[in-house]
Amino acid sequence: MNNTENKIFCKGGGCTAKLGAGVLERVLSRLPRGEKDENLLIGFDSSDDAAAYQVSDDLAIVQTLDFFPPMIEDPYLFGQIAATNALSDIYAMGGEVKTALNIVCFPETMDLNILGEIMRGGSEKVIEAGGTLAGGHSIADSDIKYGLSVMGTVHPDKILANDSGKAGDVLIFTKKLGTGLICTGNRVGEVSKEQLAGAIISMTTLNKRAAEIAKDFRVHACTDVTGFGFLGHLLEMTGPEVSAKIDTSKIKVLDGAIYCAEEFLLTAGGQRNRNHVGDKVEFVDVPFAMEEVLFDPQTAGGLLFAVDPEDADLMLSRLKQAGLPASKVGELVKKQEKDIIVY
Amino acid sequence: MITVNAMGDQCPIPVVKTKNAIKEMKKSDVVEVLVDNEIAVQNLTKMANQKGYEVTSEKKAEGAFRVEMKVEIADVAEETVAEPVVCIPDARKNTVVVISSNVMGGGDDKLGGNLLKAFIFAVTQQDELPSTMLFYNGGAKMTVNDSPALEDLKSLEAQGVEILTCGTCLNFYGLTDELAVGGVTNMYEIVERMNNASLIVKP
Repeated sequence: MNNTENKIFCKGGGCTAKLGAGVLERVLSRLPRGEKDENLLIGFDSSDDAAAYQVSDDLAIVQTLDFFPPMIEDPYLFGQIAATNALSDIYAMGGEVKTALNIVCFPETMDLNILGEIMRGGSEKVIEAGGTLAGGHSIADSDIKYGLSVMGTVHPDKILANDSGKAGDVLIFTKKLGTGLICTGNRVGEVSKEQLAGAIISMTTLNKRAAEIAKDFRVHACTDVTGFGFLGHLLEMTGPEVSAKIDTSKIKVLDGAIYCAEEFLLTAGGQRNRNHVGDKVEFVDVPFAMEEVLFDPQTAGGLLFAVDPEDADLMLSRLKQAGLPASKVGELVKKQEKDIIVY
Repeated sequence: MITVNAMGDQCPIPVVKTKNAIKEMKKSDVVEVLVDNEIAVQNLTKMANQKGYEVTSEKKAEGAFRVEMKVEIADVAEETVAEPVVCIPDARKNTVVVISSNVMGGGDDKLGGNLLKAFIFAVTQQDELPSTMLFYNGGAKMTVNDSPALEDLKSLEAQGVEILTCGTCLNFYGLTDELAVGGVTNMYEIVERMNNASLIVKP
């Protein structure tokens, strides 16, 4: 690591800093909407990841933004993670990254080299995503926050919504869970270097490759798993017609995350997620620590796909060949009493 | 009564402070924890429920909550005994099998090939399976189509053993498209798996 290590202080950063979904819904539902624009294909009435706007028969733009306070102390890695997280929403919609703008909050009195390192990490990820960093906006603030506003493109017929899965679809998830628990455990010194490194590898892996592979298969719905946790984002995939069944033996967990959960190194975000979706979930013989992993807010989490069952095996093997820790974590089923059943 | 003041602390600090206070206790007592937000109350309540402590909470004022848990000495004793057990799932036998060649041992390669096939079969018969099997250099030839051990490796994968083959090696031997079981890995992951292993088995 470099000499700027340990200089940015985190108070529970990354997606653990997200406002709870329950609080947010109360505010959003009261906002004036204005006249409906026919070209707005996806907006926040479907609680989706980003906005999609059709500009011609064969072109829609996808727009999203994401920023948060640091969850680790190395500014360069923090920049990479924040960018990986912000870019992810474009991939979750089936789009390609085109341009990105920096969003920066930084204390005036702090060493500017730290900001340089954060932005270097971010811009490297934008380049890896195939996009161009085209500008940004900076604010003097008491704490560091960093992220991106990202614009991408997609063919209007190829947009992947999060609520268009069908009963019978196989659920494939492309990353391991537990980044929130590991970062929290790390702050109180309960996580080994190796365990933190595992989480960092996961948080700096773009969802680009997974999204590209998905284009070759019949994927009915997709979301990226971030601040609302695995179950919070899975809930967005269920609806009046479908529930989801999750097999916890197929869930891949970052090394150390179960230990952190067993030691109750739990985030406020995780508990907010439990409050929001807990009563819509039926747990059948699931250990407490695994429940916590499933509610854990993820920073730069993986993509969750609802895939035609005939395509699932081949798609999974392609994802694995790309080096991703993907697995079939469950399926969508006809509507049950609960929206989600976890066993 | 023992008081833990966690006003102004964000999760998980209230839980960490409470756990530390309980660790210091010599006899049964009531522990009160003061916090300033309801989420912290909920996380403390979850911990108490999991540990089997009787727990109640009240809102004393706007932004002031009090959680009370009755910590029995038996629980504390049990906890100190149970602690290593709790650690075991994480430090659980994490055996990693490393296959670095397509033959086992030096001497005759035909014999070596047969031995390695028999070795992988014998792995499938163990009561405790490894968590991960890593294949690199000549070992990469074991996870591709035409591998003599393919069936056994598929069966291991089906039982939850992670099968990972070095991508550089597959590429070197021109076998990238022939991979028939498990996933592709890189040097970072190979080092990480070996570092975290409690036991490395190498034929």
